[in-house]
Amino acid sequence: MPAFTPPPLPSDDKRWKIVNGTMRKNGFARYALIETLHTVQSSFGYLDDDAIRFVANSLRVPLSQAYGVVTFYHYFSLKPPGKHTVTLCAGTACYIKGSDKLIAAAEKRLGIQPGQTTRDGNVSLMTARCVGACSRAPVALCDGEVAGEMTSEQVLEQLERWTVE
Amino acid sequence: MTIEELEQIAESVRLENGKFDYEVNVCMDLACSSQGSEKLREALVKAAEESGKKVLVRRTGCMGPCSSGPLVRVDPEETLYRHVKAGNAEEIVASLGGSPVPSLQCDLNEHFGSQVRVVLENAGYIDPEKIDDYISRDGYKALLTVLTEMTPKGVIHRITESGLRGRGGGGYPTGLKWGTVAKSSGDLKYVVCNGDEGDPGAFMDRSVMEGDPHRVIEGMAIAAYAVGASKGFIYVRAEYPVAVARLTTALREARRRGLLGNGICGTVFNFDVEIRLGAGAFVCGEETALIASIEGRRGTPKPRPPYPAMSGLWGKPTLINNVETYANIAPIVRNGGKWFFNMGSERSKGTKVFALTGKIAHTGLVEVPMGIKLREIIEVIGGGVPDGHTFKAVQTGGPSGGCIPVQMMDVGVSYDALLKMGSIMGSGGMIVMDDTSCMVNVARFFIEFCMTESCGKCIPCRAGTAQMYTLLTRICQGVGTMDDLELLEDLCSTVKEASLCGLGQTAPNPVLSTLKYFRNEYIEHIAEKRCRAGVCNIEARVEVTA
Repeated sequence: MPAFTPPPLPSDDKRWKIVNGTMRKNGFARYALIETLHTVQSSFGYLDDDAIRFVANSLRVPLSQAYGVVTFYHYFSLKPPGKHTVTLCAGTACYIKGSDKLIAAAEKRLGIQPGQTTRDGNVSLMTARCVGACSRAPVALCDGEVAGEMTSEQVLEQLERWTVE
Repeated sequence: MTIEELEQIAESVRLENGKFDYEVNVCMDLACSSQGSEKLREALVKAAEESGKKVLVRRTGCMGPCSSGPLVRVDPEETLYRHVKAGNAEEIVASLGGSPVPSLQCDLNEHFGSQVRVVLENAGYIDPEKIDDYISRDGYKALLTVLTEMTPKGVIHRITESGLRGRGGGGYPTGLKWGTVAKSSGDLKYVVCNGDEGDPGAFMDRSVMEGDPHRVIEGMAIAAYAVGASKGFIYVRAEYPVAVARLTTALREARRRGLLGNGICGTVFNFDVEIRLGAGAFVCGEETALIASIEGRRGTPKPRPPYPAMSGLWGKPTLINNVETYANIAPIVRNGGKWFFNMGSERSKGTKVFALTGKIAHTGLVEVPMGIKLREIIEVIGGGVPDGHTFKAVQTGGPSGGCIPVQMMDVGVSYDALLKMGSIMGSGGMIVMDDTSCMVNVARFFIEFCMTESCGKCIPCRAGTAQMYTLLTRICQGVGTMDDLELLEDLCSTVKEASLCGLGQTAPNPVLSTLKYFRNEYIEHIAEKRCRAGVCNIEARVEVTA
């Protein structure tokens, strides 16, 4: 049986080398699928068809299986994120402290549902299951920064700042 | 590395620290760091330099009372300051050697009074990124003792003797589990640490992994020696980037010190650990699903037996324990099984870390001996329900647990007592609810969670949770009937009995426990179209439809 040669990189974008690095580190083993998808998402922000195809081919995982993994785990996204992302935690402690009001306020202001991005690509609205900052509930992540004890007004102010930019 | 070398390192750390007259510890855990504790630390370093005093400013893991953060503790006086801002740095440094700053001082004697720290013994005292700090507090001593003086059987005996039970929620006796893996045949075995803290409202494991990562690694290494494994995996949620970074640093440091790798401590014992990232699936906290995820597949559970102890990761015998379970191992080895056995209640030994959140004055992490009354945790340690509201229930065990009402507050916390009350110990989330929470809505919240998190493999869980959600939504909207309630109860037992894994089997618990203790709220929603907490807003809905 001829030795396996991984497929060529999809483009000369340097980020593919980082992705390839993760796979090489794991000896192109199938179990590296989730690890590699994490690298793709952290490098490119999301997973598109080309990326899934490339990873699946490189690791000799059926495309159906790779797609199955991508859609099974909430952390993976098939859509590019907006310029800014506000993630509102919907964990139990945040729910008890009224995170539903924060989510409703953001939905109303942005005119989108959680998981969507505004049409101009400026803001993505996400919800999280729990970010582990429960003692300061309700919690929001504004571009990854944890902000605790949030009010609807504070969320709207943040959204306003991003719109003005 | 030998025990003598370990002691030398500890001694040099003590000498180094001895050069300072004061130690100023700054909590850098998520709650404090989200309020600017890094800026505060920088300001303290600057103020200390300018003052000319000999001050060691140290970054530490979670000190506990997060609601008072950012926290600073000054040693050797053990003065705790709350809500400290960068602007307070100078007055704190100026007060060293004199009397403490009264406006910042916090009196949490009651909060700390009934706590016993085993798992959290180092939290707030060491820099989690410095292995030598950990070594200076008896770190890795247990591992080296085990490797040089104890047989694997002896280690398992000690753990069995301690009475330690799995801290991930199930409460399976740890010694028994270790014994099963040790007896399984095969030269390749794995040790896995379950750090997929999926329970919303729980953050103990995050805090331990971030604040004292070496404790987890040491526990895993001891376990590996006991069961005959040479390879370990820590499965961490991708939502915990700091924990991943701290563990990565800790693993590198441990390898550098020769505490991981080949021929540890001059023995034939080889062990190393890799980190695997979760990707946001609650079901991966279930052990067979977790194994599938480490293997790079969808996290769908498998029927047991075979148990992972016989056939786990890649079909090899695999030991899976939770973060907090591993964190208990080193102290048990150091202090003896009997020491641990003497703490706690009859069938639940030792201490338990709880994440106290919700409608309570002092939110944060607490560690208490098993058997302590719920009332003591909530009223004394937690400081009770604030803002003049009345306490209604405490939720334990996350989506697999239940709501415990006020009349059960004098029950002691143990695996069995919580189970009897219709909840579970779970990983340790404790969410306090007051009169502004609607228990029907709370049940609906948890069922919605289980519905979205159901992996879809078995029908009772996949379809059952969806139907339960629809019924609960109808009741919350004021359009539910008594027949709906009957159907809901019927579904609860079907989903509980017929689901494949723990997720489905425990999903009805929040509904069952609220039906048991707060049935009148369900009836009010149905018969009187009224939500006493004002959460469901039925009156408004009914008006719109009319």
